[in-house]
Amino acid sequence: MSDARTAILDRLRAAASPGEALPALDSTVLERRHWPPAERVLRLRRGMEAVHTEFLEAGPEGWPAVILAFCEREGLKNLLYGPGTSAGARLAEVWPADGTRLVPYDRPVETFKEELFQAVDAGFTTTVGGVAETGGLLLEPGPLEPRLLSLVPPIHLALLFASTIQDTLWSAIRALGWGQALPPNALLISGPSKTADIEQTLAYGVHGPRRLIVILVNDLPRTPA
Amino acid sequence: MPAETEIHFREAAAKALLDPQLRANFRRAMDGLIAKRQAQFPDPKDLQDLRDLSTAIRSRSLLSLPDLLEQLETSCARNGIQVHWAETCEQGNTLILNLLKARGATKLVKGKSMVSEEMHLNAFLEEHGIEALESDLGEYIIQLDGETPSHIIMPAIHKNKGQIARQFSQKIKNAKYTEDVDELTAMARQVLRQKFFEADAGISGVNFAVAETGTLCLVENEGNGRMSTHVPPLHIAVMGLEKVVARLEEVAPLYAILTRSATGQPVSTYFNLISGPRGPEEKDGPREVHLVILDNGRSRIYGDPQLRATLRCIRCGACMNHCPVYTRVGGHAYEAVYPGPIGKILTPQLEGVGVRHDLIHGSSLCGACAEVCPVEIPIPDILVRLRREATHADAGSKVAGKGTGRTLTEDLAWRAWAAVLQRPRLYRASAWLATRFRRFIPGGLPLLRAWTMSRTKPLPAPRSLQERLRSEGLPHV
Repeated sequence: MSDARTAILDRLRAAASPGEALPALDSTVLERRHWPPAERVLRLRRGMEAVHTEFLEAGPEGWPAVILAFCEREGLKNLLYGPGTSAGARLAEVWPADGTRLVPYDRPVETFKEELFQAVDAGFTTTVGGVAETGGLLLEPGPLEPRLLSLVPPIHLALLFASTIQDTLWSAIRALGWGQALPPNALLISGPSKTADIEQTLAYGVHGPRRLIVILVNDLPRTPA
Repeated sequence: MPAETEIHFREAAAKALLDPQLRANFRRAMDGLIAKRQAQFPDPKDLQDLRDLSTAIRSRSLLSLPDLLEQLETSCARNGIQVHWAETCEQGNTLILNLLKARGATKLVKGKSMVSEEMHLNAFLEEHGIEALESDLGEYIIQLDGETPSHIIMPAIHKNKGQIARQFSQKIKNAKYTEDVDELTAMARQVLRQKFFEADAGISGVNFAVAETGTLCLVENEGNGRMSTHVPPLHIAVMGLEKVVARLEEVAPLYAILTRSATGQPVSTYFNLISGPRGPEEKDGPREVHLVILDNGRSRIYGDPQLRATLRCIRCGACMNHCPVYTRVGGHAYEAVYPGPIGKILTPQLEGVGVRHDLIHGSSLCGACAEVCPVEIPIPDILVRLRREATHADAGSKVAGKGTGRTLTEDLAWRAWAAVLQRPRLYRASAWLATRFRRFIPGGLPLLRAWTMSRTKPLPAPRSLQERLRSEGLPHV
């Protein structure tokens, strides 16, 4: 292994031109994509709706009720969630004992893999932000919200606060400090799973979730009319 | 690798041209992709600025490539990702086999990876009793038929839904015949879900590797990449050594121009950033993540300042979508892992310009590829350079198979040409003969035959230009 490593690096070093100046990076093309907060929300929504993401609007207080109403309307048997986040705790607080069952993802996947793949109707996650330019949610799966929570269940419900939407992926990487340190997994999700591999015809729900529902919480300060 | 076998793009292309179904499938697909890409770049200045930035990022990465690879290794190790190096495909395959064997893995799911195609990894693993199942829908479709990808982004683009419907109904258990794309997709979903569930290991490619943070970036729409990298206990990622960039911030513009150039999407469904295996507190994710860095001739390409630009490629496929040759003959005619314009410059450099002589000549040099390339690879210039390399064994050149494409006929023809052009009397005499006996030039002459086989024989003018100028009283030229 180290032989290959040494041989490859030696060849590259022999060919490298250390004196050569690195070309400058002019990122103004990224910087000029900038919108006021309210427009960012519209752009994100437009981008994501174009690829079949569904939106439910909610207030800063009322969002758990919106999720509950959705689950009942859709007749979901259960909803998997991460109990360790503050949003997860709020959800558990208001969740009724009957109807859709709220199931915590609080143990290693190996202990309930079959159930996860076959019996879970939907998964709920928080987000750490959104991308206005193209539409998209930013997630940091981890101990509190496992990686498969937003992937295996056929419906993914994601909580997005309007104030966390960034202009571009580039500005989001800066704002979230992702360039310095990243959790073991970080994600951008712009819609439900899709494919165009058969005759370029779009089909949704190929391997990941069939539906992506964004619970959009309007927490932007009111602007005078 | 088929390096020693005779490969004839010319014959394969001629055959493909006679297949109206194939031509219709490609024409429709490429027209769609061209229009979708165009719609993503409404402002030419924005596009040019983004191309300039992306080109600069890739050029910078290559200039500091050895340092960045070492930094990547250190950062990955810090994150718990084990890095392996392979000089050849064979080494890479063996390395992966050993990793799988040591963990008793026999069932494998794969996300889409062109490097693993280059390594012929699936065939190698299957010879050793390991099932390697492609999970990208397009890759799954072609794997069912034992085919290779005909496009680097849309591997099954050569098939229409009727062909896929027939294939599914024959090869998937209990499947009925349907041409409904949603139903076909649902069938594949059902089969593959079970495979993800059972898999002992997942293999993926890498779109970008970030040196500073030790991050592997994967771009996809289906979710099969996330399934392959997060569900099984072992994840092995393979990448060509050119895939590294310095900082995560630099990935943002590359990602933006990649999806727009490839499929005309502003963004893919998933952009998956992997910086480590399952952490101590995590409930899921692979227990181990390995990264295999493959050379396979890349460090040789790197040694040539002009050819190095080949390594800027981010594998978007825009060059093939816009190529008049690719659109007409399809991806399989190239008999190479990388088809189309990028394949025409990459494959001969990996396998030798002599054995792949047909490829470097299978271009009209129209320049459409260079015009749309998001990282401004001068593909036509490199093609011309490789054409020279194929016939000249220049001392300083590091090109694989340099000089081996030389033929005696072509050699003699050029010598004769040079001799005539250097001797004015001989030139005038030849011109006189060619014009006066213009109708009697045999079409079967060597070299001329390549033209007359499918085209009318060109007829020289009755008098040469020099003669006409002289008769018009113009001064001697």
